[in-house]
Amino acid sequence: MDLAYTPEEEEFRARLREWLAKALPTLPPKPSPDDWPGRRAYDLGWQRRLYDAGYADVHWDASPTVRLIFLEETEKAGAPYVGAGFVGLLHAGPTIAAEGTAEQRARWLPPILRGEEVWCQGFSEPDAGSDLAALRTRARRDGDDYVVSGSKIWTSHAEVADWCELLVRTDPQAPKHRGISWLAMPMGAPGITVRPLRTLAGSAEFAEVFLDEVRVPVANRVGDENDGWRVTMVTLSFERGTAFVGEVVACRRVLRELAGEARKNGRWDDPVLRRRLGRLNAEFRALWRLTQWNVSEAERTGGVPGVGGSVFKLRYSHARQELYGAAADVLGPQSLDLDQPWVLDRLSSLSYTIAAGTSQIQRNIVAERILGLPKGR
Amino acid sequence: MRFQLTEDQRALRDGVRELLARRFGREVLRAAVDEPGRLDRALWRELGVAGFFALRLPEARGGVGLGLPEAVLAFEEAGRTLLPGPLVATHLAAGEVSGAATGEAVVADVGACGLVEWLTEADVVRGDAAGAVPLRSVDPLTPLHRVPVARGVDPVAVLLTAAEQLGSATRACELAVQHARAREQFGQPIGGFQAVKHLCADMLVRTETARAAVYAAAVTADAADIDTARLLADEAAVRGARDCLQVHGGMGFTWEFEVHLHLKRAWVRTHRAGDATESEESLAAELLAQPI
Ligand SMILES: Cc1cc2nc3c(=O)[nH]c(=O)nc-3n(C[C@H](O)[C@H](O)[C@H](O)COP(=O)(O)OP(=O)(O)OC[C@H]3O[C@@H](n4cnc5c(N)ncnc54)[C@H](O)[C@@H]3O)c2cc1C
Repeated sequence: MDLAYTPEEEEFRARLREWLAKALPTLPPKPSPDDWPGRRAYDLGWQRRLYDAGYADVHWDASPTVRLIFLEETEKAGAPYVGAGFVGLLHAGPTIAAEGTAEQRARWLPPILRGEEVWCQGFSEPDAGSDLAALRTRARRDGDDYVVSGSKIWTSHAEVADWCELLVRTDPQAPKHRGISWLAMPMGAPGITVRPLRTLAGSAEFAEVFLDEVRVPVANRVGDENDGWRVTMVTLSFERGTAFVGEVVACRRVLRELAGEARKNGRWDDPVLRRRLGRLNAEFRALWRLTQWNVSEAERTGGVPGVGGSVFKLRYSHARQELYGAAADVLGPQSLDLDQPWVLDRLSSLSYTIAAGTSQIQRNIVAERILGLPKGR
Repeated sequence: MRFQLTEDQRALRDGVRELLARRFGREVLRAAVDEPGRLDRALWRELGVAGFFALRLPEARGGVGLGLPEAVLAFEEAGRTLLPGPLVATHLAAGEVSGAATGEAVVADVGACGLVEWLTEADVVRGDAAGAVPLRSVDPLTPLHRVPVARGVDPVAVLLTAAEQLGSATRACELAVQHARAREQFGQPIGGFQAVKHLCADMLVRTETARAAVYAAAVTADAADIDTARLLADEAAVRGARDCLQVHGGMGFTWEFEVHLHLKRAWVRTHRAGDATESEESLAAELLAQPI
């Protein structure tokens, strides 16, 4: 067991730090959270800078440890978050890299890395959320195209996406997990309507997507027809396994800021609050160690992240909600003012135990796939 | 970064596990419960011969010459089997108190909460045990005395105690899962019921988070890492035993079933090296100490 990085890894870290220190001050001002076109341009612009500097493919080609260093350092330096690039960089891209054909990789991967194309994730449907395989959106084969009808919901970034990783039912007769296919759907195709949904934080973070006889070339299918559930598992393991690393670093920074604020406003003198912050410090330190443990494990096995991601996601999503619960206590009545720091974050954090598989579903996964307990019906 | 057990570390852990399975199985554990307050000296010496106490003592001084990570793995196994005795105190005394390294001597420490474990069986007591008053210990396998003057804590004692808690948490999770697979109600294994399944999942999540924290603290020996390990491991052990008890239903509430021993020992360990509030306070202070 050791926590030391190799000289090459340390060199990577040092070079990245130096580059970040030069690159970040030249960033344009951040767009407002509701300005989606502005956010798209900002996030893609940053991705382009990373590409030009040779850091763009770190999510896919680098070793898990180098990826960890990248996420740690960019977060520490306060670099922009992947943002609109999330789905493309962190799960659609890696899925295509792992499961796509040579032509598919050549078509879709470079534009993601260069910050030219944004992806969204069309998995959930109004009647199929936790029970994802119950999805009903139909794809009927017509010559070289699939003709797709149905609807998707909670689709993050749908308004500004160029592509959608879309799950469709290609064989309605087959058992529910066997009749699914994974398609790359161009968001500009005729028959697609995007209706933004307002979140409880007041923002338009996700949308409903209606599909009316949308034509998607058969060549856009990743994996075999009706083998989409297997491909989906690859996507989900990326989503749960690697997507939160940088956020632990962010939480540790917030915690220090909270302590500083409590010290300023006098709340620090309350031993109950102080100890709660101390315990949260333990929590996020431990989550960082767990991240390092999982990264080392991935490095050893050399593959797709395993179900260990569910263990992390469960603990992390609750810890992050507690962090903002503590923030509200530090702020006192000011926590009711949307203009105060952390108040919007507190609202957003309510989604962590729901998005990317609810905590209840993660517990089922941990119990059934790690502990071997019987499957529920 | 290779934050995983090495081959040698696996072998060491398996070796300790085998020794304890052979010498301190379920029957021996029950016998020890039936004869409280007595320490098995033959086993103590065997632990000494196996290098349990001299694990971190340099080879030049007759020790095994290994480090904190290896000690943590050995203590985790001790926690898993509920091995009784002042293991941490004797381990810390190796090289300082004669006979401690070899298991010839049993060494007790005055703890930071003013409690002494195994005072009457000890050959040597470190700290001031004058005025010691026996308690009717909640843990049948840990006789306790209260003394007027407490002693400062060695961070290594905190860490090794956390390692024992981790072993106990791991064991509680295993026991719960075994039972949840085997016991049937309403025509199916109870592990198929989500209420039970989710208790088990939470036990694993707490244990694995604690494991990462304890192992990391063993690697860095950093004060804040050790406080972290302690808080997470205490939580995993105490709540793990509680949940394990719940999963076992009425059987969990019996003297026969070993979960109460895990719970009671976990409680004792939470007071061995100072209280959790001290760790919380240091970790709170650490938030202000470092720049954002
Ligand atoms: C901010 C945000 C962004 C999202 N972005 C996307 C996206 O980009 N693309 C996308 O496809 N989806 C996205 N989602 C959808 C998300 O994956 C689903 O909301 C989630 O999987 C839950 O499904 P549901 O909303 O249908 O809830 P339901 O499945 O209806 O669940 C409701 C409640 O029932 C519980 N429940 C359901 N089944 C079980 C069970 N078997 N055992 C125990 N409890 C159960 C759940 O835990 C939950 O508490 C997003 C969600 C949020 C909140």
